[in-house]
Amino acid sequence: MLSNSSMRTPLGRVRGLGSAKSGTGHFWLQRVTAVANVILTIGFLCVVLSLIGKPYGAAIATLSNPFVAILMLLFIVSGAVHMRLGMQVVIEDYIQHEGLKILAVMANTFFAIAVGAACAFALLKISFGG
Amino acid sequence: MAEFNLPKNSRLTEGKAWPKPAGAKKVTEFKIYRWNPDDTANPRTDTYYVDREDCGPMVLDALIWIKNKVDPTLTFRRSCREGICGSCAMNMDGKNGLACTTGIDECGAKGKVAIYPLPHMPVVKDLVPDLTRFYAQHASIEPWLKTTTPAPEKEWKQAKDDREKLDGLYECILCACCSTSCPSYWWNGDRYLGPAALLQAYRWLIDSRDEATGERLDDLEDPFRLYRCHTIMNCANACPKGLNPAKAIAEVKKMMVARQV
Repeated sequence: MLSNSSMRTPLGRVRGLGSAKSGTGHFWLQRVTAVANVILTIGFLCVVLSLIGKPYGAAIATLSNPFVAILMLLFIVSGAVHMRLGMQVVIEDYIQHEGLKILAVMANTFFAIAVGAACAFALLKISFGG
Repeated sequence: MAEFNLPKNSRLTEGKAWPKPAGAKKVTEFKIYRWNPDDTANPRTDTYYVDREDCGPMVLDALIWIKNKVDPTLTFRRSCREGICGSCAMNMDGKNGLACTTGIDECGAKGKVAIYPLPHMPVVKDLVPDLTRFYAQHASIEPWLKTTTPAPEKEWKQAKDDREKLDGLYECILCACCSTSCPSYWWNGDRYLGPAALLQAYRWLIDSRDEATGERLDDLEDPFRLYRCHTIMNCANACPKGLNPAKAIAEVKKMMVARQV
């Protein structure tokens, strides 16, 4: 890494490793998934509310409808992506130690993928007959 | 992790209480942060009592009164005393502002005023923060007109409505009230440019005469330099000139998206 010694000029320290020339993709995807989540969460809630008090068979019947299954799948993907992006920003904000930060960002990605995959698997299993 | 505790040698202690002015009818208590680099003592808060009938209405008047009449070692920056130089920026009653344009009664609602240097900056002495990095961040956005077209014989022309786009931006006096009120700048000030530098960056991005808009955006496009702004809005709340750096940063983000989407 670049030296941060007091012999470096202040401008040299501020310029550091230069611009990463990225970040807009992350910013934009967070907004896109936020908008998607508003719509998808409403659909998700409608499905969940319609199943309250109903037996497992009713859940299988509802989720085997392709429109419902695809809506739920999109909700899982959009939610997991949004969760990963948001948590990454929190980690970058508060964890200053470089090594720890990289580990946490990596763990965050693994966690989001694992949660997303588990939800998707459960959903598909029910959709295709429980 | 983000630092929520001060290092051991920066922790505050209770300092000296100076005597009340004799015969004063209206007195306001000032609790002021003191730290001297020439000894090894921790910073402390000294208590002063200001005779309001012998002193002007602003916080800066009170500081000058204390320095002249009570304690000549109290150190602070000041120059213009009318809100245009930005020297006397400090934290008064928990809010950043200029001591010369903040009334004692505005911040001393409880009969006392607490004064600290601008938050989360290295302290040179007492109320004087080290703004070296802050100025370097301003320099890093290259705050001058950049053109490739040969300079015209007279001035670079600008339409009236294009000139108006600079209103609310050019008035910044670089007092650092905004940047030092920003939690994101506290935690990541080494990589995040902060609201003041980004407001100035936008001032040059939106200038119709400038020909380096793309290069300027390239230099800012970074998860830390620009995107550490989470629209907390402390900057707009703190700005003694009534500017809105958060809005300027949002405009920069819009430009970033506009050139991609």
